[in-house]
Amino acid sequence: MRANRRLVYAVVSSGLAIVFALLVSAVILAVSGNNPFEAYGQMFEYGVRVDSLASAVNRAVPLYFSAMAVALGFKMGLFNIGVEGQYRIAVLIAAAVGAAIALPGPLHVLAIILTAMAVGAAWSGFAGYLKVKRGVHEVISTIMLNYVATGMGAFLLANWLRQENPPGDLVIKTPEIPESGRLPSLNQVLEWVGLDPGRVNLYGMAVLAVVAGFGFHVLINHTRFGFELRASGASAGAARTAGIDPGRMVVLTMVISGAIAGLVGMAHLLGFFHRYTIDFPTMLGFTGIAVALLGRNHPAGMAAGALLFGWFDRATQILDLRGIPKEIVFILQGVILLSVVVAYAVVEVRIRAAESRAVTGALRPGAEEES
Amino acid sequence: MSLAIQLVGITKRYPGVIANDRINLDVREGEIHAVVGENGAGKSTLMKILYGMIPPDEGEIRIRGEATTMSSARDAIGAGIGMVHQHFMLAEQMTVLENVILGAEPRQGLRIDFGEARRRIVEISGEGALDADQMVEELSVGEKQRVEIAKVLFRGAQILILDEPTAVLVPQEVEELFVSLRELRERGVTIIFISHKLDEVLEIADSITVIRAGRTVATADPRRISTRELAELMVGAELPTAETRLSTVTDQVLLEAEGIGTLSEDGDRWVIEDIRLRIHRGQVLGIAGVEGNGQRELVDILMGLRPADSGRVLLGGKDITDMSTLRRREAGIGLIPADRHGRGLLLGSPLWENAMLGHQSQPPFSRGWLVDRIGARRRTENVVEHFDVRTPGVEVKIHALSGGNQQKLLVGKEMLATPQVLLASHPTRGIDVGAQAAVWESIRTARAEGLGVLLISADLDELIGLSDTLMVILRGRLVATLDPGHITPAELGSYMTGASQ
Repeated sequence: MRANRRLVYAVVSSGLAIVFALLVSAVILAVSGNNPFEAYGQMFEYGVRVDSLASAVNRAVPLYFSAMAVALGFKMGLFNIGVEGQYRIAVLIAAAVGAAIALPGPLHVLAIILTAMAVGAAWSGFAGYLKVKRGVHEVISTIMLNYVATGMGAFLLANWLRQENPPGDLVIKTPEIPESGRLPSLNQVLEWVGLDPGRVNLYGMAVLAVVAGFGFHVLINHTRFGFELRASGASAGAARTAGIDPGRMVVLTMVISGAIAGLVGMAHLLGFFHRYTIDFPTMLGFTGIAVALLGRNHPAGMAAGALLFGWFDRATQILDLRGIPKEIVFILQGVILLSVVVAYAVVEVRIRAAESRAVTGALRPGAEEES
Repeated sequence: MSLAIQLVGITKRYPGVIANDRINLDVREGEIHAVVGENGAGKSTLMKILYGMIPPDEGEIRIRGEATTMSSARDAIGAGIGMVHQHFMLAEQMTVLENVILGAEPRQGLRIDFGEARRRIVEISGEGALDADQMVEELSVGEKQRVEIAKVLFRGAQILILDEPTAVLVPQEVEELFVSLRELRERGVTIIFISHKLDEVLEIADSITVIRAGRTVATADPRRISTRELAELMVGAELPTAETRLSTVTDQVLLEAEGIGTLSEDGDRWVIEDIRLRIHRGQVLGIAGVEGNGQRELVDILMGLRPADSGRVLLGGKDITDMSTLRRREAGIGLIPADRHGRGLLLGSPLWENAMLGHQSQPPFSRGWLVDRIGARRRTENVVEHFDVRTPGVEVKIHALSGGNQQKLLVGKEMLATPQVLLASHPTRGIDVGAQAAVWESIRTARAEGLGVLLISADLDELIGLSDTLMVILRGRLVATLDPGHITPAELGSYMTGASQ
């Protein structure tokens, strides 16, 4: 019953925050000389098309992994701001490895995915090591490692990992991953249920995202590691007294978080680009922080948040075509996030008070009333 | 004498429970008025009402004869009422001066008038009582409390509410507090003193109001009532004692400290030095000492939370000096930490997760890498039942429970894990007499079955009553070994301060 009340509070407060954000954005649209109803109408009309929905899912998948990587750290009070760097260096190396090796179908894909996870884990684990051994705060080290990843990635790509382009092709890129190292799209499945996503290919990684979401839930709520992680986040002193080694927890958490971050680029790599190029999507790591906040580090909440961000991202494409600044979507995302964070803070206080009252109420009169 | 505060028929209902049921309270101007009652009797609710933190459902608050409604602590301060909470609310990294004036800074134009602030602090707390420029983090608990009181007086309070002020103090500090409270009374300050320590109440109070189960059951004159009579009014039944006379001590050594010591952070001084002690099967070894004389470091070394810079720790004859905390717990060392909130509990987590803390690697809480949620809940339900933790269930977040009930869970989970050795720091701190008796009883029972206990407590009656052997810790060294059968609290107190050796 208690859990249900929390859920209701979370859903209602997020819903209200989104409505509030839409209102603010409407005002901004109106002030900038556009009709908000028309803009929202067009977004909605375009957004509910099957191909748009498939595209929204495609955009949500990387954000979901990114959010889970961030959320894992949040659960123990660690701020992994370095998902951005972790996934970019991971996808570059995984792409290069994928193009260089030859393995039969599923194994080839698996090898690419594991490479990406290993690289992400190493990159993030280094920040964990620095925190434990040298006392460097993880916010500083992960931000700095983002710059290192960007620079090192560019260097590796330009000097060692790029393919020799034919004359006239100026795009710097890794060699293409052969057919055996790609994930098939799920369009076949959509067609079975009578949906046609047109030119959009629904990424196969969506399946892995769902599996990972369940895995995240099990890890956090059903394993000793998850308990020790949450205990460390809730009270470092109590955790240590209970025999939980804080250094070990920091390194382990950063390693696992980095491994999940390594999966962020996989949807685009295995499902669309099949190589790393200089126009590979960026900023997914930072948006993941927003999604984790929006979803309150909960696997279902983050899935909803990722889908919401993915959908707005897709739906606002139409605004560009109609001459309405699509930057409105960034404003929208920002306002949603701010209002959700405020709403959660307010709701949390209420929930705590309500819990205290519920306990008081459940006890017999005169038995106990102090909180 | 006129009344400073008069509460008439104050009632506060929560769903399904009446926390305050038509409470009346008359506090005369310039007196020290004690409000006593068990944990959960309704004292805290009443004081929150008086301090404007929660509104009463019925009844009237009259301050100096005038009916007043308050909707926030700000209103209460405006009406001249100030409250000193049990948990201090001080900025550790600021000076005494800054803490006292924070939020009520005397100004001179746009600048803060530090000169004026300094003058008023001296006026309030007396010459030399507080060093205005000292950092709060460097102060002892007693001094921090004086800062809290100064804060309230600085804001012009004429009526002072002290919520269990002695719970965190050692006997000497209690005496100092009483001296300053009497001084305040001389200056006409009215003091409401909340406590369940009856000796202290009889010593300091001019009049007493007893609250039981949300009702005012009696007002008493401290000159005409005994501790026992007062306790019976408070509990409505007879008082148990901490006595354990039948010895169960065996010659089998469970835990042994062989000259352990630890250096201060800068490495130039021993925080504790050359500690030698043996805890036998069936023995309660009491450690008496003024807080901050190395008790915490001693427990931390025995538990593996702090490395030993000298000496060895042996468990059943085996060297465990380098063993991790988790291994030690698995090997059968239980711990009741002194700092319940900082080291014992996850306040935002349900009871069963709190019960699991420290035992997460063992059944029934886990199987291999997986948490056994069913086993953990069942065990927690056992703790709740055996230790009378007042809660609607084990899914409740522990912050919603009263401090006494949190402590009962903390003690109960360690006892049900059947440790070989229990390191118990202040096991009954903050819990009422009934629950205290239950904790004592469980320690006695486990001791009879062979448990060895290291008992650290500020409650000298508890130490003397429960211990088979008493050792005194002073400035990081064990300075005396005493027989609890032949010592009074007063004698023990003089050993603790180093007056007799």
